[in-house]
Amino acid sequence: MDFYLGLAQIIGVHTLLGLSAYCVLLTGQVSLAQAGFFAIGAYVAGMLTVLAGWSLVPALLISALVSGAVACAVGFPALRVKGLMLVVATTAFGEAVRLFFFNFTYQIQAGNLKLGPHGGEGFRQIRYFPENGWSTLDVVIFIWIVVALVMAALWWLDRSRAGAVLRAVGEDELAAQSSGINITAVKVSAMTIGGLIAGIGGGIFAHYTTHIEHIQFGVVLATFAIAYPILGGLSNVFGTLLAVIFIQGFLIEGLRFMGDWRNLLFGGLIVLAMNIRPRGLLDAGTTRALKRLFSSGKEPSGA
Amino acid sequence: MLELHRLTKHFGGVRAVDGVDLIVNPGEVLGLIGPNGSGKSTTVNLICGLFPLTSGLIMFKGEDISALPPHERVTRGIARTFQNIRLFGQLTVWQNLWVAQNSAEQRRQNPVRRWFGGGGSAREDIGRTLEFFDLAHKRDELAGNLAFGEQRRLEFARAFAAKPVLLLLDEPAAGMNAEEIDQLDARIRTLRDTGMAILLIEHHVELVMSVADRIAVLNFGQKIAEGSPAEVQNNPLVREAYLGTATAA
Ligand SMILES: Nc1ncnc2c1ncn2[C@@H]1O[C@H](COP(=O)(O)OP(=O)(O)OP(=O)(O)O)[C@@H](O)[C@H]1O
Ligand SMILES: [Mg+2]
Repeated sequence: MDFYLGLAQIIGVHTLLGLSAYCVLLTGQVSLAQAGFFAIGAYVAGMLTVLAGWSLVPALLISALVSGAVACAVGFPALRVKGLMLVVATTAFGEAVRLFFFNFTYQIQAGNLKLGPHGGEGFRQIRYFPENGWSTLDVVIFIWIVVALVMAALWWLDRSRAGAVLRAVGEDELAAQSSGINITAVKVSAMTIGGLIAGIGGGIFAHYTTHIEHIQFGVVLATFAIAYPILGGLSNVFGTLLAVIFIQGFLIEGLRFMGDWRNLLFGGLIVLAMNIRPRGLLDAGTTRALKRLFSSGKEPSGA
Repeated sequence: MLELHRLTKHFGGVRAVDGVDLIVNPGEVLGLIGPNGSGKSTTVNLICGLFPLTSGLIMFKGEDISALPPHERVTRGIARTFQNIRLFGQLTVWQNLWVAQNSAEQRRQNPVRRWFGGGGSAREDIGRTLEFFDLAHKRDELAGNLAFGEQRRLEFARAFAAKPVLLLLDEPAAGMNAEEIDQLDARIRTLRDTGMAILLIEHHVELVMSVADRIAVLNFGQKIAEGSPAEVQNNPLVREAYLGTATAA
């Protein structure tokens, strides 16, 4: 049972990570900075609960704001470049964040214990959940409430004019500009929203693992972040969720028995999935088919 | 309404637009014609601000807009269509118009309503625009799935959705059949009669001759003639440019 609860935590947090990349991808930007925002969220939230004694929800709000603000600041220079150059620039940013935390030490004495981030050794003893008597199940429920809220917000954003504008910029920047859209503002906003979401995800991550260190927030995590929405497809937020379940639940956990061969098969299966479903696991066609399936029988009202 | 003064754009050694003076007045259709590569599309791109001028000046409603970014020019009332259709193919017909509502008046709306709300008047505007361009029955279709003529109409409609006072149409009739061209002709007249200024680039001679109030002719980036359709038609320089006589004046 604990295994499945642990898996549910991972899937929930990675869904947040994937959704943060989803927002940015809608505008056509491939950003490998999401792991950096995630790291900032993790350290900020951890420091607030451990060092400042805050409770979790306000700590998560602040970590979201800090990550969002950094994303906004990074967005302006980063989005001047496009395509591969953007990938390089955002990767560099992510690594810079990681190296910052590699060197970042801020500890306070608490009894005979030193608490707080300690450079390369990481930030241990983020014991908010055990100290406050949360069971693993409580944590899982909390995570999934947050995931549900974020998904609902993005679902609604997607259906608003703002969502259509994000997608318009992603499809054709020139046409968007010529239709009166300020593409810089739109791209920076998308980056900021992505930063907010990654900050929340990172903040939760820090608390359920209780021990974070720089190495967890490297390029591999950044690649996962972007792989989820690409594999899941950009037609709606559920694609990303599906992709996280597929990768974390099936590929990583389900194939653990294969040992080292897993990594090979892992790459192969993703390539296969992308070939079978080039527009993502949950593409527009499937979505429409599902909708028809669920609405059939109760729609004779004639449009 | 729009005044171009010595408008010039060089791409490396290519003088795409070379010292063009042009005026478009409210309630007027100015036809802009010329052989392939004569700088018509580049002129439109410059008016929209897609690239910086080499030299010259663009005055719009009495103000110099040469340095404004493209989206602010739309807000001031300049909208365009593209020679090669550039719709948002993965958005619906309705959404294509929705995202283009960027006039100054539309921008003044309460931002929460504008970006996230249903928007009553915005919705009505789109409905009327769809009717006018005969696209109401396609409103929930993806733009990328429309037939070619419908895509051209939708692009025109998208430009109109920003409530422009100056419309730049880059070969709107290209690839259309005779019936569609007639409808286009009628639409352009209707809009002109509301006081809109229209710059019409077109290779389809009949359409320009019929709908344009004045015509300007470009050749190798320079304006070689300007006048009423009849005047332009009888201008020897124009005939030469089109017939490609090697001994240009
Ligand atoms: N972005 C660009 N970079 C370099 N050269 C360009 C660019 N855009 C246009 N040109 C050149 O400028 C010249 C004018 O092109 P333009 O597209 O304005 O012609 P046009 O009159 O619209 O022709 P057509 O009738 O074929 O559409 C051409 O020689 C073209 O090759
Ligand atoms: Mg052209």
